[in-house]
Amino acid sequence: MKMKLATWATAAMMAASPVMADLVFPSMSYRTGPFAAGGIPFADGYADYFTLLNERDGGIGGVKVSVPECETAYNTEKGVECYESLKSQNPLVLQPLSTGITYQIIPKSIVDDIPVHTMGYGRTSAKNGGVFSHIFNYPANYWDGASGVVNYLLEINNGDISGKKIALVYHNSAYGKEPIRTLEALAEKHGFELVTLAVDHPGQEQKSQWLQIRRERPDYVTMWGWGIMNQVAIQEAANIRFPMENFIGVWWAGAQHDVLPAGEAADGYKAITFHAVGDDYPVFDDIQKYVVDAGKAAGAGDQVGTVLYNRGVYAAMLAAEAAKDAQAATGNAEITGGDMRDAMEKLTITEERMAALGMPNFGPEFSVSCENHGGNGLVGVAQWDASAQEWNLISDFKQSDQDVITPLIAEDSAAFAAENNIEPRC
Amino acid sequence: MFYREAGDFSTTYAEDQQTFPIKFDRYRYYVVLFIAIVVVPFVINDYWANSLLLPFLIYAIAAIGLNILVGYCGQVSLGTGGFMAVGAYACYKFMTGVDIWWGGELLFRLPEFNIFFSVIMGGVMTALVGVLFGLPSLRIKGFYLAVATLAAQFFLVWLFNRVSWFYNYSASGQINAPERDLFGVLITGPSTEPWATYLFCLFFTIVCAVVARNLTRGASGRKWMAIRDMDIAAEIIGVNPLRAKLTAFAVSSFFVGISGALFFAVYLGAVEVGEAFGITKSFLVLFMIIIGGLGSIFGSFAGAAFLVLLPVVLKVVGVDWLGWPTDIVAHLQLVIVGGLIVMFLILEPHGLAQLWRVAKEKLRLWPFPH
Repeated sequence: MKMKLATWATAAMMAASPVMADLVFPSMSYRTGPFAAGGIPFADGYADYFTLLNERDGGIGGVKVSVPECETAYNTEKGVECYESLKSQNPLVLQPLSTGITYQIIPKSIVDDIPVHTMGYGRTSAKNGGVFSHIFNYPANYWDGASGVVNYLLEINNGDISGKKIALVYHNSAYGKEPIRTLEALAEKHGFELVTLAVDHPGQEQKSQWLQIRRERPDYVTMWGWGIMNQVAIQEAANIRFPMENFIGVWWAGAQHDVLPAGEAADGYKAITFHAVGDDYPVFDDIQKYVVDAGKAAGAGDQVGTVLYNRGVYAAMLAAEAAKDAQAATGNAEITGGDMRDAMEKLTITEERMAALGMPNFGPEFSVSCENHGGNGLVGVAQWDASAQEWNLISDFKQSDQDVITPLIAEDSAAFAAENNIEPRC
Repeated sequence: MFYREAGDFSTTYAEDQQTFPIKFDRYRYYVVLFIAIVVVPFVINDYWANSLLLPFLIYAIAAIGLNILVGYCGQVSLGTGGFMAVGAYACYKFMTGVDIWWGGELLFRLPEFNIFFSVIMGGVMTALVGVLFGLPSLRIKGFYLAVATLAAQFFLVWLFNRVSWFYNYSASGQINAPERDLFGVLITGPSTEPWATYLFCLFFTIVCAVVARNLTRGASGRKWMAIRDMDIAAEIIGVNPLRAKLTAFAVSSFFVGISGALFFAVYLGAVEVGEAFGITKSFLVLFMIIIGGLGSIFGSFAGAAFLVLLPVVLKVVGVDWLGWPTDIVAHLQLVIVGGLIVMFLILEPHGLAQLWRVAKEKLRLWPFPH
C-alpha cells in the first residue's frame, strides 16, 4: 500500500510541474477552515486584480500574469507543502496571509531567494530589512497597529489616557501575542493599565474572557482576532452591553463578515486600517467591467468592495507595481524573484501613482529602503455603521509612535540575527 | 507460488523466531530498506522530502508510539499532540542550552546539545511526562482514561503557551530551530539538503520500528497484550499491571516524543504549540493507527502513509491535473478521506494491516486455493 501510493504520487508530481513563462504571483489562500471567512475575500481580491491586469493591460509589461492558488487552510503543514510546490514555479512574491506560515518560511525564503510580502502581519521586526533581507511588511505592521490604537485613544481623550484601563483580547498564538510587547511599552509611557486576555484557537468559546471584562470594567477593549473569533467577540461584547464605540479591533478584525452576524448590536464598532474601505474607486469599475461582468472573477465574485477584498486588491497592486519597477530596472520583461526583491526594496508609492492606477487615496504614501522594509506605519481608524452596512474612515492615516517601536524592532531583529548568524546588510 | 514457507527450513531457534521467518517476506523487507536507504536519498528533492517523506516518517514514529499504548496495551490515549509538544519543546531547550533559574537568578546553563542527542532527550523527557500522566491508568480504564489523557493534552498545550521559559522568552511564543549539524551536515535550519533531513528521520524511524517490533514480540509486549485482553486474568498469571502499564506509557511516550522533536526541528523548523500540537494532532495519529491497524507495526506505517499521502495525492490530482478550484478540492478531500475511513472501518475493522495479512494469506495459496 505504502509503495503503491508513493509511486502514484511520483507520477502525479512528474506530470504536475507545468512550464511557466508567465509572471507568477502565487496565492497561498485559505478558502476552508476556521479562517475561511477572511481568507476568501482576500484571495478573491488578489486574484481579481491580476485578472484585471491581464484583461485590460495584457499583463504586466506585456507579460501575462498567472496566479496559481494553493490552499493552506491556515495550517502550517499544508503551508509547507504549498511553499515547496510553489517554489518550483519561480514565484515572484509570496503572501502567506498567516503569521504561523510566515515564521515557517522566513528562513527558507532567504535561502531560496523568494521575497515574501507580509502586509500587516507576520514577524513585526522584519521591518528591519538589514536582517530580514527577503521579508517585507509595508505599509504597516502590528506594532504600528498597537500604537495606532493608543494614538487614536489619545486623540479622543485630548491626549491623556493615564489611569485608563485598556484590555487586549487576543488570539492565543504568535499572531495574537505580537502587540503585547508594544502595548506594555506604551502603557508605561502613557500611564494606562493593560489587561491581556488570551482566547484559544479557534475562538468560538469566549464566555469567560468577556465575563472577566465585565468584572474588570476596562475603559477600552482592543482585539487581535481573526476568523470566527471576531464574530464571537463582537457578539459577546454586545451580550455584556459593552459600548461598541470603545471596542477597537486590529485590521484583521474589521471586515463586513466580522460585524454582520451581530446585526444592529455591532453598530459603532471600530477597527484600525492601513488602507481605504469602500468601493468608491475607479479601479473597482474596471474590475466590474473586465473581470466580474466577463465572468472571470475568482471565487463566487460576490466580495467586490468588502474590506478584505480591498486588502487583496491593495496587496496585488503593490506586488504589480514592484514588478513594473523590476522590469524597468532590469530592462527585462521576464523577471526573477531576486529582481523582484530588489525592486520591492526600492518601492515608492505616491499619491500620483495610486491615482494613476484608479486608486486615489487608497492607502498611505510610503517608500521602502534597506533599513526600512515596513513603510512609514500610518494607521487610520474605521467605524462600522450597521444601518448603512458600511465601514467609514473616521480618523485619517496617522503616524504611529516610532520612538517606542524602533528600539523594539532593533532588539527583536538583533535577536533573530544572533540566532541565525546574520550580518546586517545596512 | 509466491510467498510460501515450503522449502524454507529453519535449523536454529534464532532463524525460526526472526521477525520475517518467510524468505520471500524477508527479501521484500530488505529490498524496501535498500530502496529507502540507498536509492531514495539520491533521487529526493525538496518537495518530496518536505511534503511527503518527512511527514510520513515522522507520523509513522508517532503512530508506532501510540500503537504500543493503544493497540498493544489497550490504554486509550488522546494526549498524543501534547506529548509530541513535550518532545518538541524538550528538543528545543536542549538544542539551545537548558537554563536553570532559581529565585530570579541564572543558576547554570547546560551546553547546547548536538541535534541527535537533543532529539533523544526529547524522547526521554516525554517518556517521563508520559509516565506521570500514565499513573491514572492504574485506577481508571477505557473512556475515563481517554478523558484523563485529554486533560494532559490541554494542560501541556496550555503550559507551553503560558510559561515563557519553554520558548526562551521570545515575543511571539514561537520556537524556531536554529541551524544544527551532525558530522558537518546540516540537519535543521533553512539550508538543509533534502537527503540529509530524510536520512536523519529515516534512521530514527527504522530504529524505532525495529525496537518496537522486538519489544512487542518479547516478554514486555506479551505482558502489554495480556493487560489489554483482560487485566484481571493478566494479574492472576503474574503480570504486574503497574509495571506493564507504566512501561507501555513510557515506551509509547518516548516514541511520540522523538516524533514531536523531529516534527519541530527537522520538518517544520518553527512551531507554535496550539496550532501544531493541538487536539487535532491527537486525533490524526489516533486515526492513523485505527485505519492502519491496532496492534501492528506495519499498520502504523500504512496508516501514516494513508493519512499523509492521500491528501497530497488528491490535491495534485484535483488542482494540478484537473484544474479544479482549490476550495472544492479541499472540501472533496475531507469528504473522500472521511468516506474512506468509514468504508475501511465497515469493510475491514482491523485496518490496512489486516488487508495486508489477508492478501498474504491469499498469495500463499495462489494459484491453487483449496
